[in-house]
Parts: sequence; C-alpha cells; structure tokens
Amino acid sequence: MGDINTAMAEQYRNNFLKEVEANVEEGQWVKMCMQCGVCSGSCPLGPAWEHPPQEIFMMIRAGRRDEVLKSESMWMCTSCYNCIVRCPRELPITHIMHGLANYAHRLGLAPKMNPTRRFAKKFWNNLAKSGRVNEIELSAGLYFMDGFKTGIARAWAMKDIGIGMLKAKRLNPFGFVTHKGCKDKKGIHRMLKKAREIEDRRKGFAA
Amino acid sequence: MADMKIGAYVCQGCGLGERLDTKALALVAQKEGKAHVVREHEFLCNGQGVAMIQKDIDEGVNRVVIAACSRRAKAEAFNFESVAVARVNLREQVIWSQPATDEARELTQEMAADYVRMGCAEAKKVLAPTANAEHGTNKRVLVVGGGITGMTAALEASRAGYDVLLVEKTGALGGYMAKLHRRVPYREPFADPQATGIEGLMASVSQDPHITVYLNSTTTRTSGAPGRFSVDITTESGQTVTENVGAIVMASGFSPYDAAKLPEFGYGKSRNVVDQAGLEELARAAAAKGEPMRRPSDGKEIKSVVFVQCAGQRDASGAHLTYCSGHCCNTSMKQAMYFKEQNPDIDTAIIYTDLRTPGNGEDFYRSAQRKGVIFTKGKVASVDVGGDGSTTVHFHDLILDDKAAIMKDVDLVVLATGQVPNSGVNIDIPPAASDVDGAKVGEHAVSVLNLTYRQGPDIPQLKYGFTDSHFICFPYETRRTGIYAAGPVRRPMDITQAVEDATGAALKAIQALENASLGRAAHPRSGDLSFPTFRREGCTQCKRCTVECPFGAIDEDEQRYPQFNEGRCRRCGTCMGACPVRVISFENYSIDSVGSQIKAVDVPDEFSEKPRILLLACENDAYPALDMAGVAGHTSSAFVRTIPVRCLGSVNMIWITDALNSGYDGVMLMGCRHGDDYQCHFVKGSELANYRMSKIDDTLKNLNLEKDRVRVLEVAIADIGRVPALINDYAAKIQEIGMSPFKGF
Repeated sequence: MGDINTAMAEQYRNNFLKEVEANVEEGQWVKMCMQCGVCSGSCPLGPAWEHPPQEIFMMIRAGRRDEVLKSESMWMCTSCYNCIVRCPRELPITHIMHGLANYAHRLGLAPKMNPTRRFAKKFWNNLAKSGRVNEIELSAGLYFMDGFKTGIARAWAMKDIGIGMLKAKRLNPFGFVTHKGCKDKKGIHRMLKKAREIEDRRKGFAA
Repeated sequence: MADMKIGAYVCQGCGLGERLDTKALALVAQKEGKAHVVREHEFLCNGQGVAMIQKDIDEGVNRVVIAACSRRAKAEAFNFESVAVARVNLREQVIWSQPATDEARELTQEMAADYVRMGCAEAKKVLAPTANAEHGTNKRVLVVGGGITGMTAALEASRAGYDVLLVEKTGALGGYMAKLHRRVPYREPFADPQATGIEGLMASVSQDPHITVYLNSTTTRTSGAPGRFSVDITTESGQTVTENVGAIVMASGFSPYDAAKLPEFGYGKSRNVVDQAGLEELARAAAAKGEPMRRPSDGKEIKSVVFVQCAGQRDASGAHLTYCSGHCCNTSMKQAMYFKEQNPDIDTAIIYTDLRTPGNGEDFYRSAQRKGVIFTKGKVASVDVGGDGSTTVHFHDLILDDKAAIMKDVDLVVLATGQVPNSGVNIDIPPAASDVDGAKVGEHAVSVLNLTYRQGPDIPQLKYGFTDSHFICFPYETRRTGIYAAGPVRRPMDITQAVEDATGAALKAIQALENASLGRAAHPRSGDLSFPTFRREGCTQCKRCTVECPFGAIDEDEQRYPQFNEGRCRRCGTCMGACPVRVISFENYSIDSVGSQIKAVDVPDEFSEKPRILLLACENDAYPALDMAGVAGHTSSAFVRTIPVRCLGSVNMIWITDALNSGYDGVMLMGCRHGDDYQCHFVKGSELANYRMSKIDDTLKNLNLEKDRVRVLEVAIADIGRVPALINDYAAKIQEIGMSPFKGF
C-alpha cells in the first residue's frame, strides 16, 4: 500500500488538488468551493471535527496532502446531508468526504484506529462474505474487537436492548450458524472483484 | 404694490367642509388676510373650481391663495402662470393630522385659520418669478477625457442631436481601456474575457460629424455658467482656442495606484512583479507577437502566477488607499484566464481577503474556478525575490489561520492596485496644507477644468478624492451646476459601470443646457425660474454668501460685490440664510415672505395654555414626510405651525429671533442628514444650518430664554411615523418648560 501512496504523490508532484480531482469520488468539485463556510456551520458534528469541510477544501488547494489524508475529520461525517442541501455552490460535500476517506484508506494513510474506519471495514467484510449482513456476527465482532474483557462489558451494557430485540424477534441468536447469505455468493464475489478492478484501473491503482 | 389683488379660495372637498368652518376661514382671509376676492368651493381642484379661479385672474386677481391640500398635491391643477400662488395646506397638515373628534374641533379650526392668515401674508410678499434675462443658450457639450467614459458620453450626446467637443490630454483616444488586452465579459455567459472593442468606438467618435476631437489638449480656463461656459482649450504646444459650450461632462478617469509604494510586495525589485496595468501590457505585447507570455526578467516559461488582491487598497493603516476599487477581483480573474488560455497547466492563484465580483461577476468567478484558477483566502504579507528571478509569496492563510503560509517558485506576481481618481485640485485643502498630508491622494494635483470660480479651480470632492455627488438622488450631479462627473473620477468602477455613468451624465448635461437656455434651475428645483438678487446698497461685502454657496455660484465683481451667476444657482437660498444684513432674496421666496408668515400667526396670551411652535421644514424631505404622516393618519400637536423652506440652509437667524420675540414658545427645524453620508439635496445647506444653529445658544441667552426653545432635527423622507413623534415630544418639552415670557408685546 505504501507504494501506491508514493506513486500517487510522485505522479501529481505537489499538485494535490489535481490528485484529488482525478482519484477522489466527486473530487472535481473541490475547486468550486467559495469558502463561505456554510457547510462547516451546518454540520451537526461540526465542532467535533478537527478540520470542517471548508477547511479541508482549502487544505487540498494549499497542497497539504499528508495532513488531509491522515486526518480523522472526514471520518466524522454521518451523512446527514445538511451541507449538500445548503451549499450555495451545490457541492456534493458528503460524497466528497466519503471519497476522501475512501482514498485515504486505499493509500493506507487513514488513521488505523479510527472507529468509523474499523466499523466500516468490519461491515464491508461481513457484507462481502455472503452478500448479506450477518447481524449477530457483526455486533459480536464490534463488541469484541478490542478484546474479550471489553467485549463482555459492552455486551452487558447493551443487554436490555438485546433482550428486547430477542423478544420482538428482531435478533436471531443462532445467526452465527443459521445465517445463509445470498444465493449466488460466488457470483457476488466475482462482481465485487470486477468492480474493484474497474475502479483501480480508472484511478491508476492497477498494478 | 398698488395693483396687488389677492384672491383667496377655500376648498370644501376631501372632508375640509365637514371638519372645518370654511365660512369662518373665508372671513379670516377677507378681514385679516385682506383678500380682495374670497370664495369657497366644494371641489376646488375640479375643472369648475379651477375655471372659477382663472376667471378671477382674468379679471385682475394677481395673487392667489389656495386653502386646500398640500402644495405637493394637485400642482398641475393649481398651476396658474404669471400669478404668484400661495398654497395653504389645510388637508394633510391640518385635518388629517388632527383627531376627527368634537373636542379637537376648536384647535383644528384655529390651526386652519392661522394657516389661512399665513397664506395671505405670503401672497402679499411673493411674485410670480420671471426668468433671468442673462441666461445662456449655447447647446454644445464639452467632454473632458477621451477614455471609455468620455467617448461614450460624446457619442450619446451626439446621438441625441447635440454638438460635442471632446478634449483629450494624450495623443490618442481610448484611455485606459485601450491599454487592455481583453475586458471582463459583459455579455452572456460571462465566462471568458472578451475583446474590448475600443477600436470601433474610437472610429465612431472620430467619424462622427457632430464630435470635434482635441487631442494633446487640456482645458486651461473654464468660466461662465450653464448655457454660456467659455473654455480655453490649449494644446501641448501652447496654442489656445476659446470655445463656448452649454454644459460639461468631466470624464477625467483614474490613475492606477502607484505600485512603487509597495516595495514589500517586491515591486521595483524584480521585473517579475507587475501591477494589473503591467500585466495587460505583457499580454498585449505577447499577443502582438503571437507568442505566449514569458517571464519579464529572463524570458523563461511561466509556470506559476500569483495575484495579490487589495495591494495597497482597503488598507486600515491609512498608508495606502483605504477603499475598495471594485473592479480588481474581476480583473484578476480575467488576467488569470489569460494564462489558463495560454496553457491550462499554469498554476494561477488569486490571494484575496474578500472576493467582490459586482455585475455578473459571480458567473465569471465560477467560470474561473472551473478553469482551475485557485482562490486562496489570505492576506499577503510580503513577496521575496529570489536570485533566479522566481519569487516566494508569504501570506496569512485566513481559512487555515496559517500565518506562515507560502507559495514558492512563483514566476510572476501581479498586484491588484486600486483606482485613484484624476479629480484635479482638492479645493477644500488650502495649498499649504498639502505638505502635512504629503502621502495622501491627490498630491501635486493639477487642475482638470481650471475653473475661474471664486471657490476654486475644480469640482469639490467628497472622500478619497472622488468628486462629490448626491449618491442617492442625483449621482451624476457635482457641486458645480452644468458640470457632470462620470466614470471612475466619481467613484471606483469598471467599464460596464463607466458606460452607464457616461450615458447618464450626457443626458444630465443635455438637461442642464436645455434648462439653462430657458433660464430655469437644474435639480432639485428643476424648472424653477426664480433666482437670487441682492440689494446692492445694503450689502456690506462680508462675502459670506460667496463662501457658503454649496455650488460656487457666486463670484465677486470688480467692486467686490457678490456676482450671482444665476445659471449655476440651484435656488436653495443658502446665501439668503447666510446674509447677516438680509439683502438677498428671490421673487417668490424671501426673508420677508417667510417672516411675514411667522408674524401672521395668532399667538394667544400666556394664560391660554395654547403654546405656539414654529416648524421650519425642509421642502425636500421633512415637509413631504409631514404630509405623508397626515395621509397615514398620524396625529400630532395642534400648536405647531409649519412653514416649508427650500433648504435649512436658507433659514436666516432673523426668522428664529423674530419668532421668539413675537411670543412663539419654541422653534423646530427639520432638515436632512448632513456629514459624509449627507442626504441634504443642496449638499451643504443642512450642514451650514446646523453650524449656524450651534451658535443660537448665545442669542437665546441674550433673550433670557431656555436652550430648548430651539431644536434642530434631522429627518429623512421615510420618517413618516417618526415626525409626529418628534413634534409631540417637542410639544411636551415646551409644556414642561412653560410658556414664553414674550407674549403680547
């Protein structure tokens, strides 16, 4: 992964904006930001971000590649779409944030222990395995991803909700063994592989 | 006057008949007003009513008193030529400003009776004005300056059928615009720089048979007045011709702010730091050769350009220009596009603090962003010039709050310096004072018009060296009647705005010379035929009128008496207000015409509990506001007697002292806002009135009266709800301090 990062940085020399335009989903919109700050003001999690969207766009233009790609900020986006609705320049800000997060992840620069990234990875792997999410496995995986002791503590804290869901038949306790997934798992795996290949080729990730 | 015959007409329409005893009013006009003919009519402004008045006029009535609605209403119906008309405002400011109750009836009637008395008193003292016989009739327009503004003004005036003289200082027409490579787009889709088209315009001007162009020439002497200006046009070689013109458009344009004053941005240290004009030069030279632009220092390929916005502008420290020139953001975007056109891979960054894109600039801004021009919100601190010719721009990134932000390996830096108006000499600063203000705009100024006016050789300025104009109501007007400023000499502007400005100024110039040829005033009393005259034997030559006239209309003759140039006069009466010996008057407005109204009011005695408050209201804003307050149904004190004045500047102190001496309990003055953001229609009138009234305390002390007996207020035309409150406040104050001790003398 580190190789891809170096390769990309070299390919675009120090023009990070051009790199973003080429490789980040909806990245071609970054240059259109007029720095009004409405996105940052509209974000319900705004104060929790180290760099709100307006700032990230500015950092991209200023060529602060490492700072942007290693940032936790875009991982904070909860996809509420407030910013998209309000942006006077109609930038798809939410999508750009996810695009940046994804790109950082692909380059191996995303913060390793970022909870959103870890959850996203677990979710994707779970989903991609059978084509359908195995809920009990995903929950258990999340509870126990930091070790057995914390896992027990987390499960205990959530027990009332869990029992409630059991009673309402919203949770299958035997899902570990009974989860079936989709019919044509192999077909799904082939499809995802193909999609990945196309994207890699388009963005220059292809080996 | 022996043959004076007053006709007084009391209207009963619009509720006047129900609310007032018009018969009693007619009796007042007859007995106290000494009207020769008195009539009541149920609908005075209809054809029958007007015909009735006209019949009386035909039979010898030469002063008409119309006791009906405000002078601002039905002006056309009651427009009787050749007779003086006094309007008594019984509708808006009596019945509509008083409650319609039985209890209020007595005071309302007293109010109406007073106004009838005042109207009759005024009618005795005014004449129908006749035009000054000495007005000029020249209908040529002189345009000073051959740039886009001047050429547009010349063409517009020519197309309207007027001969034009166009004087240009340099050897060619075109001005600053001819130096541009391209202009900011002015047509859909506002996306790319457009050809200036200046060559076509220059050709139309030179081919126009109605336009005479004087190149390499300046106006070295300008005298006279609208309709009869005499102008000396002198060529570089010293040859002078004298021409007569009716009106003047001053389109002397701007000079770019001197970038040499910005050494911190590397200007002068490297040829790779240029101002916007320098870049246009570069672009034109390259385009002429059909080559791409190259680094001026060594001819190397340009890979990176940085535009520094607000270079020497919007400067809070006061060392440079403090204002925004308005066009520079669009201009920098346009220039960045020159490079994007040359090669889209050239990095172009615009460092700005606030991007301001007037007109359709917002579309242009988007277009620049689409083309990959980088916009960085920041404030440039310095530009370092490296040995190899490339520069480093240090700036404070305002979004990331990075004080040490830099842009390295910059091949070309473009400074967006502002516009400095070419407005000539600042006549408000005495010559000696310019040394103190050495760094200020306009140093070593050379006069543009060389006016022979007593008040100085150029048009008065308001701020930052831009010529003074009434921003809200009369933007093209200067404080020299018949001379109109247009283009960036009036305020910072771009080409599109300058073209609009030039068109407006050309039309105003035409209006001025047409008015002048009939002996009529320009705005705001447009069409007014009256003009000031003075009683020579009473004049003490104090020169207050010549100094205070906001329009420089008054010179001094060889014997040092004031010489009124009626054509330059706006009829505000500021001279009349200033005159300590009260020798200045108009045919239809004089110390006497107002003074006799003041004295005509019936002042009840001290024990009546009926105070009298005189309200002198500016006819431009305060009086309409009072009228509209009545229309809106706001009531106010019935003890106020209002007299409209042309401007607070025309208020002579004698009116105040006379009023107080004859038993009025208070005097209110309502005029327009003054100061830098003035709204005074005569620019300085309100300010002068305020200054004069600031000295009223001594007079009041001498009379042994309280300070609150006189109150000066600023009122805008929209203050409809506020004026009745101001009146009532003051009435309450008068109640509090008690009745004047001067009653009954």
